[in-house]
Amino acid sequence: MQQHQYDVIIVGAGGAGMRAALESSKRTRTAVLTKLYPTRSHTGAAQGGMCAALANVEEDNWEWHTFDTVKGGDFLVDQDAAEVMCREAVDAVLDLEKMGLPFNRTAEGKIDQRFFGGHTRNHGEAVVRRSCFAADRTGHMILQTLYQQCIKQNVEFFNEYYVLDLLMTDGKASGVVAYELATGELHVFSAKSVIFASGGFGKVFRTTSNAHTLTGDGMGIVWRKGLPLEDMEFFQFHPTGLAGLGVLLSEAARGEGGILRNKDNERFMERYAPTVKDLAPRDMVARAMANEVREGRGCGPDGAYVMLDLTHLEPAHIDAKLPDITEFARTYLGVEPYTEQIPVFPTAHYAMGGIPTNIKGEALANNDDVIPGLYAAGEVACVSVHGANRLGTNSLLDINVFGRRAGIAAAEYAETASFEELPAEPEKYVVELVEGLRNSTGEERIAAIRSDLQATMDLNAQVYRTEGSLKQALVDLEALKLRFADVAVQDKGKRFNTDLLEAVELGFLLDLAEVLVVSALERKESRGGHFREDYATRDDVNFMRHTMAYREVDADGNETIRLDYKPVVQTRYKPMERKY
Amino acid sequence: MDVKVKILRYNPEVVDEAEWKTYSVTLQPTDRVLDALHKIKWEQDGTLTFRRSCAHGVCGSDAMRINGRNRLACKTLIKDLSPDKEITVEPIKGLTVLKDLVVDMDPFFEAYRAVMPFLVTSGHEPTRERIQSQADRDRFDDTTKCILCAACTTSCPVFWSDGQYFGPQAIVGAHRFIFDSRDEGTEQRLEILNDKEGVWRCRTTFNCTDACPRGIEVTKAIQEVKRALIFRRV
Repeated sequence: MQQHQYDVIIVGAGGAGMRAALESSKRTRTAVLTKLYPTRSHTGAAQGGMCAALANVEEDNWEWHTFDTVKGGDFLVDQDAAEVMCREAVDAVLDLEKMGLPFNRTAEGKIDQRFFGGHTRNHGEAVVRRSCFAADRTGHMILQTLYQQCIKQNVEFFNEYYVLDLLMTDGKASGVVAYELATGELHVFSAKSVIFASGGFGKVFRTTSNAHTLTGDGMGIVWRKGLPLEDMEFFQFHPTGLAGLGVLLSEAARGEGGILRNKDNERFMERYAPTVKDLAPRDMVARAMANEVREGRGCGPDGAYVMLDLTHLEPAHIDAKLPDITEFARTYLGVEPYTEQIPVFPTAHYAMGGIPTNIKGEALANNDDVIPGLYAAGEVACVSVHGANRLGTNSLLDINVFGRRAGIAAAEYAETASFEELPAEPEKYVVELVEGLRNSTGEERIAAIRSDLQATMDLNAQVYRTEGSLKQALVDLEALKLRFADVAVQDKGKRFNTDLLEAVELGFLLDLAEVLVVSALERKESRGGHFREDYATRDDVNFMRHTMAYREVDADGNETIRLDYKPVVQTRYKPMERKY
Repeated sequence: MDVKVKILRYNPEVVDEAEWKTYSVTLQPTDRVLDALHKIKWEQDGTLTFRRSCAHGVCGSDAMRINGRNRLACKTLIKDLSPDKEITVEPIKGLTVLKDLVVDMDPFFEAYRAVMPFLVTSGHEPTRERIQSQADRDRFDDTTKCILCAACTTSCPVFWSDGQYFGPQAIVGAHRFIFDSRDEGTEQRLEILNDKEGVWRCRTTFNCTDACPRGIEVTKAIQEVKRALIFRRV
């Protein structure tokens, strides 16, 4: 076992982690621990853009952006946080440009902007061009640019290190324990500040745009420490995943003029959102698509999907603005988007919930108290700027604004705090976890359990949910946890043991799926990404509040999930019916 | 359909030398090679080791040599590989194999870091964005697509025989900034690439261009850097 000491440890090297590292490493001794090489992070898969009211192509201001974010989130957004994000969005985009990000340009050479779902002028009057973009690979360019800046600034990375435990001393964060993939060796890192920026947990679902590696490790670690997770029932299903595969096709396809059609070739979004049509927020479009399929207007041999139509767009325009996603359609489905419509269906995309934080990125132990030294930013966190449904482009914005804020706050705290003494045998939990799995004599295959988990989540906790479906999911999860106790790891070695790590990751997925389902079961209303057929309307009287879930263990070692609630921060926007 | 996949296996914890092992897998023609590897790992042999993440060709984790050619496993469909014959999968060449299809990527990233792959500017920063015409932006668009997968560098015969050569990717990484109208670091970068292990080692075999899963015209980018070195302007 090796020991290390840094002022600030950042877990994860996607957009939020690297943006935090740029701030923190300027101020204090910082290390970034990442289970992948930094440029493999899933920020790189984001496509359409990053919204900011630059007003480069038409009138706009950050207050309209804030309103859209609050309304898009179905009024579960903490409005103070949304104000911070949308106000700082302008500088966040300009900072990236100054770092070298190659944005598309207007005729005057300014950063170009385009339409995106749910982003409107003057509180919903009409769609507005607010998304700053680099073709349909904006996330790729953000990830590359931030990595390039980290190279310039000599940020210290520990690549392919899996953080598996958070160390706490007297209620404060005091370090992490990491497993080095190459050697199987454990490393104990002592730190004054720890920032989680480790992304989401989309792999609880089968049809997902998420990478294989998005297994919710950061949320899972915090959860097992007895710290809360907020709003876990709110998961976004992106409308346009390639049918059957879930590979993401950016909302920019619709921002550039693409149209969704059913088997009658009808532009069905006109019925669901008469003003903004195909550019309604994602939750509404995903439900509309699922509904078209349910009511027998789906396309294909089984009527299982709808079509994204780009055929009326000029091929040159498609090549300039949507080159990557049209290539996905060609590569994976053999469809030529110039002349053929593309089969699409909703795909699990983004966790609105996560580790609760305040607007400085400080993690919360409950509704009010921060955990000294612990921070979170990006998809792993819940600030909450996305509420019940995230608007397109606001994730790239979130990672830049709150990654930066968490980096600054963590470094400033580290400058005044001292190192805490680590708990006795700090590596104990990880040794037991890893060796327990490695030495298991069980017979259950990791992949079989994961596949059954994803099947029940797709069937019972997706776009449409009911009490019955969620209860079924809970029953299935109980059985899966029993099977997981008997899981077999075939690779017994130390070196690059990805078999072992897949088992560890599956453990996190099972925990988080249960938190999602239990939280969803108790939210007896429909709001944003959480739609209950048995409670089909929003209920502001009883449910205008965040869910706070806690893991509790009784004297006999039995685990239960306790739900508590936290009020929503409202500043200037009163809840209204969400029409587009 | 039943497909035979022959994989070059190597685990230095267990054996001294790499050996081929053949697996039978049932696949759809539209499955990717990554699906085949997953099926083997998940259903037959959990010790099979490879890197992967996004599974749709944007993260750059799973470059490997498939039927003798560098490709991304997640972007290569079974039906495009004449699957009636055995499909061979081996690690990319020229980097030390650590286990099965996993190679040591550190020398590759070191070469990238060495070419100053970041925007270099001087003077006061503008309050708003720097102005750049779309034409100037388009000038370096091709090389911004790079995902650092190493398919190009590890397809290069010069890199195989001389591990010190920066390799195509590092030159692509430099090209992306050399031809960016906002950048002022061109002189320094060209000096680095003028090194004996730099751009002049390229023998224009075009392997890199064929290998690039992003369709970057790698050899053309290298030629443009050479020309910039000769004429000292971009």
